[in-house]
Amino acid sequence: MAEPLFSVRGLKVALPDMTRKPLIGRAPLAEILKGLDFDLPKGSVTGIVGESGSGKSTLGRALVRLIEPSAGSISFEGRDIGHLSEAELRPLRRDLQMIFQDPMSSLNPRHTIFSIIAAPLRQNGLGDRLKERVAEALQRVGLPQSFAGRYRHELSGGQRQRVGIARALALSPKFVLADEIVSGLDVSTQAQILTLLEKLAAEMGLTVAFISHDLSVIRRLCRQVIVMREGGIVEASATDALFDNPKETYTRDLLAAIPLPEIDADWLQPPAKAPA
Amino acid sequence: MEPCLEIRSLSAVLPNGQRVLRSVSLTVQPGEVRALVGESGAGKTMIGKAVLGVLPKSVRIVEGEMLIEGESLGRLDAKARRTLIGARTALIPQDPLTALNPSRRIGPQTTDRLVRILGWSGEKADERIRQLLQEVQIREPERVLKCYPHELSGGMRQRVLIAAAFAAEPRLIVADEPTTALDVTVQKQILRLIAQLQRNHGTALLFVTHDLGVVAKISQKVSVLYAGKVVEEAATPDLFASPQHPYTRALIAATPRYTDPYASLMPVNETVLAGLADEVAGADRAWRPSHG
Repeated sequence: MAEPLFSVRGLKVALPDMTRKPLIGRAPLAEILKGLDFDLPKGSVTGIVGESGSGKSTLGRALVRLIEPSAGSISFEGRDIGHLSEAELRPLRRDLQMIFQDPMSSLNPRHTIFSIIAAPLRQNGLGDRLKERVAEALQRVGLPQSFAGRYRHELSGGQRQRVGIARALALSPKFVLADEIVSGLDVSTQAQILTLLEKLAAEMGLTVAFISHDLSVIRRLCRQVIVMREGGIVEASATDALFDNPKETYTRDLLAAIPLPEIDADWLQPPAKAPA
Repeated sequence: MEPCLEIRSLSAVLPNGQRVLRSVSLTVQPGEVRALVGESGAGKTMIGKAVLGVLPKSVRIVEGEMLIEGESLGRLDAKARRTLIGARTALIPQDPLTALNPSRRIGPQTTDRLVRILGWSGEKADERIRQLLQEVQIREPERVLKCYPHELSGGMRQRVLIAAAFAAEPRLIVADEPTTALDVTVQKQILRLIAQLQRNHGTALLFVTHDLGVVAKISQKVSVLYAGKVVEEAATPDLFASPQHPYTRALIAATPRYTDPYASLMPVNETVLAGLADEVAGADRAWRPSHG
């Protein structure tokens, strides 16, 4: 087993609960992540699945240190990055990249695709040979070089998401967080984007945390899976083990709720026993 | 038996002349669930809107006819059309939050339609909504009627809208992606509920979705749309057993299945897309709008 890139112990995150904020004064904190322990092995693709409000996106944001944990440790290559300052994090940023859910809102409408992909390169001191590096990034995601001069509105949804991937991978990061990156796409486009990510992750030896609500997509793409619910881990195991032999009732319920594209007359029948 | 809804070669264009619906024909028999499936831009929502008479002003119908229980909508004046649509059809929308007025309690906004369009008394409407809320398994209907939409969860809001849609006993309900915004476990409960009410009330359903999984579970008939054109029409079991059109086959292969990860998620083949483009262009060449 490869040594872990990330090793997370007792991770807790508390964020202000705006629904309970008094008119004047601070919102009380709500604990979103309630003490998580897990490892992300180097070069692995890990699926993080859960329903809305389970804390999966918060977990992703803590890993790339967009938010600071309230307790516990996040060790990245053996170093606890949980409480580093913004300045201390700077040199690590190029290794911790993100692909966003909605490529429309995560690409600047006034910038060309070239400057969108070039921005993180400049920021991280890779401003030399910029043309070459951007060309390479475009080629990697299967976009023609002519796209460098275009704007986001001239691209289709799938092409925009390819730009998002090109930007994240331009820095050759060690870790990529992919948060619901195909949930806004049509199935035909979704399949293209997933096969692309699968290929690039293997080629570049990337460690990926793939956040999704879709277990079917996760089975195809990921080597291990973490199932989350209400800020905790319900079950975490190797993908095949989880799907072939789910241990927790919640995991089984999640699987049973997925409408597969095949005829099953019993699927809509009420459960035999009264639901809890 | 007279179809509940019949659409005969309906075509619609945008102001720039671009066709958004290309001679769409379909029927929904009484008590039947027909799924309308396609990717974004295929025109599935547009068809639902045309049926409900709420097409955007910029979209113009240039050909075709729509009949609700044998009555042609085009032959009625605007007022009679609205009355007919209001009395015989209802909508279950995609996003239960935006479909509800945030500043009004659930009670008044769900009974409004019964009182204003159908002329029921307030008491009768209240009684009816209460009964429907029980049918959608809301445990405390009295409390929910007094709530504002933000006080309810997504699943509860969708239940309220399903209750409201069935309240006036419409003959036809258009359900436009009613579970797309929901988590899978909630989606299953809501689909089960829609199927149950649809069966008990004998309501016909035009079910708009992008998800072939949902199509397989809820519908008896299905129309597959691409670029505003019905490319395949079949009984649902037949569509999955032996899809005829290459695009249908590609869509089924592209849909992820955790039970068979490597046989699913297949990108749609370039030849299929080129074939579709040809088919659409061919249909447009052959098409002569009767006016406009």
